[in-house]
Amino acid sequence: MHSFPRWKIWMILAVLAVSIMASLPNVTSVPSWWPASLSHPMSLGLDLKGGIHLVLDVDVDKAVSHSVEEDIDTARQTLRKAKIRYRKLAVDGNHLIITIKKPGDISAAESLLNETFNNYTLSPAVDNTFTLVLKESVADETRKFAVDQAIEVIRGRIDALGTTEPVIVKQGKQRILVQIPGYEDTAHAKQLIGRTAQLEFKLVDEKGDLDKALSGSLPAGDIIMYGPEQTRSGKSYRQPYLLKKRTQLSGTEIADARVSIDSRYNEYAVTLKFNSKGARKFDKLTAAHVGERFAIILEGTVNSAPVIRERIAGGSAQITGGFSPAEAHDLAIVLRAGALPAPVKVVEERSIGPSLGQDSIDQGMNSIIVGCILVLIFMAVYYRMFGMVANVALIFNMLLILAAMSIIGGTLTLPGIAGIVLTIGMAVDANVLIFERIREELHLGKTPLAAIDGGYDKAFSTIVDANITTLIAAIVLFQFGSGPVKGFAVTLSVGILASMFTAITVTRAIIATSTAKRGRIEKLSI
Amino acid sequence: MQLIRPDINIDFIGKRKIALTISALMILVSLGMLAVKGLNFGIDFTGGTLVEVKFDKAPSIADVRSSISPKGYGNAIIQEFGSPEEILIRVQNREGEKSSTISTAILDGLSEKFTADAVEMRRVEYVGPQVGDELTQAGIMAVLISMLAILVYVTFRFEFRFALGADAALLHDITIVLGLFAITGKEFSLPVIAALLTVIGYSLNDTIVVFDRIRENFAANRKRKTPADEISVVNGSINQTLGRTLMTSFTTLLVVFALFFLGGEVIHDFAFALIAGILVGTYSSIYVASPVMMSLAGRFKSDEDEIKAMEARP
Repeated sequence: MHSFPRWKIWMILAVLAVSIMASLPNVTSVPSWWPASLSHPMSLGLDLKGGIHLVLDVDVDKAVSHSVEEDIDTARQTLRKAKIRYRKLAVDGNHLIITIKKPGDISAAESLLNETFNNYTLSPAVDNTFTLVLKESVADETRKFAVDQAIEVIRGRIDALGTTEPVIVKQGKQRILVQIPGYEDTAHAKQLIGRTAQLEFKLVDEKGDLDKALSGSLPAGDIIMYGPEQTRSGKSYRQPYLLKKRTQLSGTEIADARVSIDSRYNEYAVTLKFNSKGARKFDKLTAAHVGERFAIILEGTVNSAPVIRERIAGGSAQITGGFSPAEAHDLAIVLRAGALPAPVKVVEERSIGPSLGQDSIDQGMNSIIVGCILVLIFMAVYYRMFGMVANVALIFNMLLILAAMSIIGGTLTLPGIAGIVLTIGMAVDANVLIFERIREELHLGKTPLAAIDGGYDKAFSTIVDANITTLIAAIVLFQFGSGPVKGFAVTLSVGILASMFTAITVTRAIIATSTAKRGRIEKLSI
Repeated sequence: MQLIRPDINIDFIGKRKIALTISALMILVSLGMLAVKGLNFGIDFTGGTLVEVKFDKAPSIADVRSSISPKGYGNAIIQEFGSPEEILIRVQNREGEKSSTISTAILDGLSEKFTADAVEMRRVEYVGPQVGDELTQAGIMAVLISMLAILVYVTFRFEFRFALGADAALLHDITIVLGLFAITGKEFSLPVIAALLTVIGYSLNDTIVVFDRIRENFAANRKRKTPADEISVVNGSINQTLGRTLMTSFTTLLVVFALFFLGGEVIHDFAFALIAGILVGTYSSIYVASPVMMSLAGRFKSDEDEIKAMEARP
C-alpha cells in the first residue's frame, strides 16, 4: 500500500490529460495545432439531431427479371441473324423459353444459344423448345450490382438536396440505410428517393390501329402504354398510345438534365442533354423518322409524344407536362442522378423533428446532471472521505466516457444517454464493493492500512466477474440491436470499462498517495 | 454512516419457502397476464406507422381524429404523449399501402384542419411488416443468446450449479418484468428489449457478487461436511454482501428514477423497465439465485444417503 507504483500515477495523469483534451472539442472549438485524433466532437444520433432515417428494400429480383427481359431481345436478334425461325420467345422469372419452328434447326439453334448465352444453363430441347435458366451466380451478381448501383443513384439524388453528411450505406444483402440529418421534409425526401426515374424513348406505331390493338389484336412487336391520368368531363381518363416495343433511347444515355422554360407555352420544362452515344442515336432516330411521333416514357407513363419535325443533331431534348417549378426541379434531379436499377420500397422509417431532438438532449442532460448529483451526495454522506474519493473517480469516469466516445467516433443517441445515466449508478458499484469490504476488514479488527489493502484485493475479482457479465449483455445488445439501441450498448460498454479503471485504479491511487503522506493512521473516514 | 450493521445475520435460506412461494405467485400472475392480456407491442414489432405531433395549443382528441378521418385514418389510435399539446397517432399497416403515403396523409390532414403553423412534426416512425418480424426475432435471439453466454461464463468461472442458479434468477426477473408490462399495458418497444438485456446484466451482477462470496467462503471453510454447514456458509455470504447489494441497487435506482422523471416521454417506458428490473433483480439475487443453486445440488434433502454420498466425495 505504501508503495503505490509511481508509473501508475503518471499513467493516470496521462489518461486524465488525454481525456480532457479529447473532451474539449465537444465544448468549444480547439486550436489548429490540437492533435487530430483528439479534435473530433462526439457525433449526435438522428434521434437527438433530428432528421430522416430510412431503410429501403431493393426489389433485386426485379433487376434479375429485367436483365432476362433484355436478353430476350438479344435472342430475337441472334436467331434472326442466323435465319433460324422461332415460334415463341418468352420470359418466365429467370427462364428464357424459346420454341424453334423447324426441327431441322434444333442443333444449329442449340449451338448458337450455347455460344450466345453463357450466363445461362441450357438444357436439351423438348418438343422443339429450349429452356435457358439464368445461372444462380450470375443472378446473385446482378442482385448485388443492383443494390450497389441503387446506392450510387440515391446518393446522387440526396446530394442534390444540399444537406450535410448524409449516410447512405448497404445494410444486409438487399437493403439500404439512408440517414439525412437535419432534413425535415420527409415526404419530399421519400418521394425523391423512391422514384425509379426510368426514362425511355419509344417510337409511336403510326401504321398500327390503336382501336384494334385495344380490343385485343396487338400488332407483333408493339405495346400499349398510357399517358398520365386526366379528368375529362368529370371522368378520369388516360390517353392510350400504340408504341413500338423496342426502346430507342433510355435514361442511361443522358449526360445532364436542367430545369428550363419552354418558350412556346411559357411553362416549366426539363431539358435533357444526351451523352455522345445518346446524341448519335437520337440524331439517327430523328433523321429516319421525320413526321412520325416518338413517345417520352417516364416511369412507365407516356409523358408526351411530340412529332419529329426535323432531324435533331444537337443531342438534346425537352420534357414538358405542366410541371410546377418544384416538380421540374425534382425531375431534373432524378434524371441527372440516373434511374434506379430496380424499384425500392421503404421498409422502415424513423424521422425526428428538430424540436424533439433538442428536447431529448435537454431532458437527457438533466437526467445525467440530477442523477450524478444525487449519487455524489449519497456517496459523500454514506462513505464520507472515501465517498469523496469515489466521487472524484465518478467525475473522472464521465470525462473518460466523453473522451472515449469522441475518440472512437461514437454516436450519442437518446438510449445512449440512458446508458451513461445507468453507468453513473453502476460505476460507483465497484467502490461500494471495495468500501464495504474495507469496513468488513476493519470490523474483523485489521489495521486501517491492512483493511484498505484487503478491501481492494478481495473485491477485485468480484468486480471483474460482475462487470464482465454486464459487458456480455451489452455486446449481445450491440450485435442484435439496431440504430439507437446500438448507441445504448456502446455507451454502456464504454462506461463499464471506464468505471473499472476509475473506480479501482484511480481511487486507489488517491487513497495511497494521501495515506502515504500521513504516516500512521488511526482511523479511516469511511 | 452505515445502515446495514456488519454483524447482521438474517436467515435468508431458512425463509426460502416463503420467498419461493412469493416468487412462484408473481411468476404465475405474470404468465397468466401474459397469456390472457398479452403485451402491448409497439410498432417495432407489429409494424405500422406512428406520428408524433406538437400543437401550439392543446387540441381535443376528437378534433385530431376528425382531421385525419377524411384521409381514411379515422380508426387510428390517438393519445396524449407527455403533455396535452403533444399527440401520438398510431396506424396499423394495411395491405398494399406505401409507407410514404400514410404519414404524409396524416400530416396533411392535420395541417389542413389546424393550419400548418399550429402543428409541428415531432417524430414519424414506420416499420414494415417484414421488418417487424425481423426485429421480433432479433429481440428474442438477443435475450436467449445473452442468457446462454452468461451460462457459459458463470459455468467457466464457478460451477454449473451456480450458472443454473444465476439463470433461474434471470428467468424469474425477465418473466416478472414482462408480467408488469402486460399488467400496466405499457408499450413494449425495441428500447424495452434493451432495458431487459440491461436488467439481465444487472441482476446477474448482483448474483455474481453473492456467488463470489459463497465461493470464497467455501474455499476458506473446507471442513464443511453436512448440508447444514453449507447452508450456513451460503447464508453468511448473503448477509456479508447485503450492504453492498442494497447500496448499489439504491445508487442505481437514484439515477434510473432521475431518468424516469426527467428523461422525457420517449425514454419513459425504458426507464420503467429498468426500475422494475432492478427491484426484482435485487430481490432475486438474495432470495432466488442461492436457494435454487443449493436445491439443484440437492442440499435441502435431509436423507442419510445424500449426506453419506457427499461425505464420500473427496
